[in-house]
Amino acid sequence: MAIDISDRPLPADREDSSRLLLEVDNLHVEFRTRDAVVKAVNGLTYSLSSGETLAILGESGSGKSVSAQAVMGILDSPPGFVTNGTIRYRGENMLTMPEDQRRKIRGRRIAMIFQDALSSLNPVFTVGDQIGEMFRVHLGMSKKDSRVKAAELLDRVRIPSAKDRVKDYPHQFSGGMRQRVMIAMALSLDPEIVIADEPTTALDVTVQAQIMKLLSDLQQEMSMGLILITHDLGVVADVADRIEVMYAGRVVEEADVGDIYARPAHPYTEALLKSIPRVDMKGQALSTIPGTPPNLARIPAGCAFHPRCHRAQAICATDEPEFAQVALGRRSRCHFWPEVLDDQR
Amino acid sequence: MSDRDIGDPDSATPGATSTATAQVGGFGGRQASLTADAWRELRRNPLFIFASAVIVLMLAIAIFPGLFSGVDATNKREFPCLLSNTVGTPTADHWFGFDLQGCDYYSRVIYGARPSITIGVVVVGLSVLIALLFGTLSGFYGGFLDTLLSRVTDVFFGIPFILGAIVFLSAIQGVEVLGLITLERGVTTVIIALTIFGWTTLTRLMRSSVLSARDMDYVQAARALGASNRRLMIRHILPNAITPVVVYGTVSVGLIIAAEAALSFLGVGLQTPAISWGLMISESQNRIQSAPHLLLFPGLFLSVTVLAFLMLGDAVRDAFDPKLR
Repeated sequence: MAIDISDRPLPADREDSSRLLLEVDNLHVEFRTRDAVVKAVNGLTYSLSSGETLAILGESGSGKSVSAQAVMGILDSPPGFVTNGTIRYRGENMLTMPEDQRRKIRGRRIAMIFQDALSSLNPVFTVGDQIGEMFRVHLGMSKKDSRVKAAELLDRVRIPSAKDRVKDYPHQFSGGMRQRVMIAMALSLDPEIVIADEPTTALDVTVQAQIMKLLSDLQQEMSMGLILITHDLGVVADVADRIEVMYAGRVVEEADVGDIYARPAHPYTEALLKSIPRVDMKGQALSTIPGTPPNLARIPAGCAFHPRCHRAQAICATDEPEFAQVALGRRSRCHFWPEVLDDQR
Repeated sequence: MSDRDIGDPDSATPGATSTATAQVGGFGGRQASLTADAWRELRRNPLFIFASAVIVLMLAIAIFPGLFSGVDATNKREFPCLLSNTVGTPTADHWFGFDLQGCDYYSRVIYGARPSITIGVVVVGLSVLIALLFGTLSGFYGGFLDTLLSRVTDVFFGIPFILGAIVFLSAIQGVEVLGLITLERGVTTVIIALTIFGWTTLTRLMRSSVLSARDMDYVQAARALGASNRRLMIRHILPNAITPVVVYGTVSVGLIIAAEAALSFLGVGLQTPAISWGLMISESQNRIQSAPHLLLFPGLFLSVTVLAFLMLGDAVRDAFDPKLR
């Protein structure tokens, strides 16, 4: 096909692979409900360069999905509001951009993969139609050409007999195949950033591994920036370059993937890693984190994690810890990070 | 680089991928959208076949009455109205007998189909258009627009349907519009009256249906991939929200036809020399004992038509609701 689908930045621009694609700075998101103001994201800061995989890790309710929605600009508003901070795509603040311009970035430059592919695909249209819609909306391609592109994409995400399957409806695909369709849709316009919001949570374990492998293969091929939102430490270990661990709407630890598994510098990360079932600990009780994640309408004073932390001291309930530099590119939001780090030796 | 070599359980035989279609009978498993399934279901439903046969027949009568009756409406051609035939009972040549003026009653019943069915179809068509517009906008945008449109809907919803239409039709009789046309009771005014008081249920239905479709993940997903609001509404929400409106719309064609008959019977709907089933029933009321056939035939046609639309609506609802299969 001789259709040039990409009027993306000029090659020279693309060469500059180390270039920062996305900078999120001090992002605050809150939900204003009738009874309370729920502070879902409280000062999230991270950046993403092309070719990099950043994992955002956290329990449910830690604000990871909400922050992704804020970046995409698909927050349900009201009740959700971005109250502070900036989100810069290639230096341009997306929060102050006109909606029209922002919509053109969505899907084309920054795409998103959702958790549950069955409910994320429109049940009344064929998958070819839906993938093709990307080309029609953003590039004004004809129906016929877009269908050819859709078949190519299905082939690219390794769906067997792609040419026939473009005519199928979402419910005719298995869970893993459906997630591939979703990935094909997200990658259709060769975006620079892909945000994957728990892409494998709805799938069974063998399929999870295939989907993650596909995602990381495609990321290598296209050298895009990938933000992987997950609560699954196992998923992260294989594919991520860097990890942001979120708790109660903010990052509590930021590190390269190897460092964090070897020596966590925050008690929360430490506890998370301990709670992974391990073969060599067979027969012993599984370690858990006591308590539940905080109610985001009433986040505890001081360090948000202190009520559940086994290292908590008096200062933790009163003073909020700094996001302290532990090493180069590595930070922890804990008063006692040197002790945590030391204990791992 | 293929992942089939690691024994991808996903890429099993195509037949195994569609459990949903297998349930519906297992044939033609490849293309089965909700509508295709519904259509397959409908074709096998005797209720649907009977109802659509009746409706097709009635539509044909309404559109080409000349095909069904050798005489035209005013009986000028073959069988002139003869007063000597007044309220004559059915004969071999005149199946339905004669009316008060001695005109062939069969051809009057045939010609009476057009206004009744026109009113039913046009009123429902207009109501569906209003419902799609108002319901989609208010369900999708919410907020102030929703409040405004919903309150307007509530105001109209609060007025009793038939009573509202009676008052409206009585009030506009003889009113001049911009000094151009004088409103007379006729098909147009009845359509206006029934639409004004009849659109609300469909609009409420559409709104609630849009509300639930709007929060679906695929709408969010489409938004995240760059679809505009207009596109979200037309392509992603509307097709998924329209089913209840289609179903209730079908049923209401019957209800509206009955309502037109009621208005004409009460003397505020169509008026002679127009012909309609309601009007004929109205004219027969003084002679029910002496000439029951004057009531029987238009009443029969009216009931059968209304029933056919109700049954069609039922069949369509069943077909679109997988839980009822």
